[in-house]
Amino acid sequence: MSDKTDKTEQQRLGVFKTYKLYVGGKFPRSESGRVYEVTDAKGKWLANAPQSSRKDARDAVVAARKAFGGWSGATAYNRGQILYRVAEMLEGRKGQFVHEVADAEGLSKSKAAEQVEATIDRWVWYAGWTDKIAQVVGGGNPVAGPYFNLSSPEPTGVVTVLAPQESSFLGLVSVLAPVIATGNTAIVIASERAPLPALSLGEVLATSDVPGGVVNVLSGRTAEIAAPLAAHQDVNAIDLAGADDVLAKELEIAAADNLKRVLRPQPVDDWTATPGTDRMTAFLETKTVWHPTGSLGASGSSY
Amino acid sequence: MASTTASAFEYAPAPESRSVVDIAPSYGLFIDGEFTEAADGKVFKTVSPSTEEVLSEIAQAGEADVDRAVRAARKAFGKWSALPGAERAKYLFRIARIIQERSRELAVLETLDNGKPIKETRDADLPLVAAHFFYYAGWADKLDHAGFGADPKPLGVAGQVIPWNFPLLMLAWKIAPALATGNTVVLKPAETTPLSALFFADVCRQAGLPRGVVNILPGYGDAGAALVAHPDVNKVAFTGSTAVGKAIARQVAGSHKKVTLELGGKGANIVFDDAPIDQAVEGIVSGIFFNQGQVCCAGSRLLVQESIQDELLESLKRRLATLRLGDPLDKNTDIGAINSAEQLSRITSLVEQGEAEGAERWSPACELPTSGYWFAPTLFTNVTQAHTVARDEIFGPVLSVLSFRTPEEAVAKANNTPYGLSAGIWTEKGSRILAVASKLRAGVIWSNTFNKFDPTSPFGGYKESGFGREGGRHGLEAYLDVR
Repeated sequence: MSDKTDKTEQQRLGVFKTYKLYVGGKFPRSESGRVYEVTDAKGKWLANAPQSSRKDARDAVVAARKAFGGWSGATAYNRGQILYRVAEMLEGRKGQFVHEVADAEGLSKSKAAEQVEATIDRWVWYAGWTDKIAQVVGGGNPVAGPYFNLSSPEPTGVVTVLAPQESSFLGLVSVLAPVIATGNTAIVIASERAPLPALSLGEVLATSDVPGGVVNVLSGRTAEIAAPLAAHQDVNAIDLAGADDVLAKELEIAAADNLKRVLRPQPVDDWTATPGTDRMTAFLETKTVWHPTGSLGASGSSY
Repeated sequence: MASTTASAFEYAPAPESRSVVDIAPSYGLFIDGEFTEAADGKVFKTVSPSTEEVLSEIAQAGEADVDRAVRAARKAFGKWSALPGAERAKYLFRIARIIQERSRELAVLETLDNGKPIKETRDADLPLVAAHFFYYAGWADKLDHAGFGADPKPLGVAGQVIPWNFPLLMLAWKIAPALATGNTVVLKPAETTPLSALFFADVCRQAGLPRGVVNILPGYGDAGAALVAHPDVNKVAFTGSTAVGKAIARQVAGSHKKVTLELGGKGANIVFDDAPIDQAVEGIVSGIFFNQGQVCCAGSRLLVQESIQDELLESLKRRLATLRLGDPLDKNTDIGAINSAEQLSRITSLVEQGEAEGAERWSPACELPTSGYWFAPTLFTNVTQAHTVARDEIFGPVLSVLSFRTPEEAVAKANNTPYGLSAGIWTEKGSRILAVASKLRAGVIWSNTFNKFDPTSPFGGYKESGFGREGGRHGLEAYLDVR
């Protein structure tokens, strides 16, 4: 055998990615130093994912709270453009996500591609909502008195999101995007069994003009991470999409301590179906402003 | 102005480079995705109003071209309206992004063809154009949330005729909601400002927009009239003069065409005695001198409370003396050129009439360039409600000052016009703003600000300023079958 043949027959060894959390715009490992094994649908090893601790969860709350002022204070137009930018960035990295989703969910390449394309379109859908939701759920109220009276929706604050366990990417974005579209900041707990697309999404968000801390991605044991977040006094709301009935009830009880807004898990047959507005309104407050209109008397104008 | 008096406001020239835009020597009509000559081979020239330099030669649409364009739009309508909203949305998002990318080029182009200052095209027109497409893109797949029923349908082919004062912005106001709702369009830009609409055709090409969805027909009033009259047009949208608006209203009578008209105005800017004077002066200046006053919602009547009239006028005159008139491409220019010789002569004749009727005319010292179409910022005092300059829309940098004593009188005078597009209220008292606003018969009321625009905010007039609203959720209705 000649040297030349040796070279062509030798396969290049791939470089594995170290999957990390995404917190406050940075990519830390779990402070606990723990990882857990993530496999594909057939049980083949894919990666070691960080196994977040309650301290990681608390750090994520601090980051989300810090980001809330700026994100909720940005114009809706600005938020819309940033969410659209996420779609643009994802479109360019479609191949990577098709690969990860296929592995994570045991799908064929073409089925995984459908999931990823629907996910990109979901970002576009919510990008368009940022400056419209107030026009759909807010408005002037014709009170019976000399008052101007206007109701406007405002984001509730820091929202914990338990991503769906089965739909590792489309399901994840379908619950995350509506939370941040309206100006909330989020701590999302990735699908326990299939966290890799969620962790990779952090890399996309970091390069899409989404300010650090607006989205924080944690991987690990859902129940372990969710418990301290459901009880956390500086979390305003929790989406229980990724919890089973037993866990959901436990978390809802814990959440009652500071009256978090709770979105209970709802059965979703088909994540590709066009969403409604409920995932946005679940995390909105309504603020109503009164102001006297004064009077010009009976005169004025009859033109 | 600043050029004739040595002052702290001397500036070195700071021209924006023309090299960012490449204007071809000639342009065709844009029909069914292709540039084409007019059927009768007619062409016209478009000039730069600040220099009278010929910029390009443009195919001039006639009746046969209108028919061809409407047929192309009709053919495209089936597929376009059947596209899922999410797919239409993505086309419009593409257009918005390409406009953002090419915004400097389009700003320079608009300034060359229209004569308005680069600072306005760069900081107002173009950002608003992109934002308008971005906003309506998002509606395309959310129409069932817009309050017009579960599954509102498009109308069909929209015939749209737009003016020369904000050429690309008016195009955006027309095309973005029409496409988002699933209509196809034939749009006629004004004969003095066809270029940015033709560049927009190129934006559509880059965005991969299906052929026939957008058709652009540069031409004169006859082409506009033919478009409005075409039997296969389902929707007529017009922005322009009240006289033409009335002619259109007569023309479509008895048809099933849906119509929206955005016409003239004679907006009142009402300043109460407790208003912050310096801010009010800035608002008055932007209200009437933005875009050389060639704005339908301009605050062309200043209603000032008698007790502060002298103080306000003194501040206003001092401020006007610092405005810089000249090369529209200069980044320091505040006042650019009047759009055309025709418009200049109209302004000139109305101002002469104002003087002849006894109103007192004042302008700051102001040297006008020797070529191009120019008019110095002008102020009329001693104006009564009967004066022509208080009644007719001048559409130029001319402000008529009237006074009032009570809020009731201010409201009565503000409403004493056949128009009803805009008004401004300047006072520190919130309840007075709301009380006065509730009595004003006008579609847009600005409080302690003026000439603010946003794609989410509906715009349009009462009375003879037209009907229908553009912008916001309300703007969708103009392009939907909501019966």
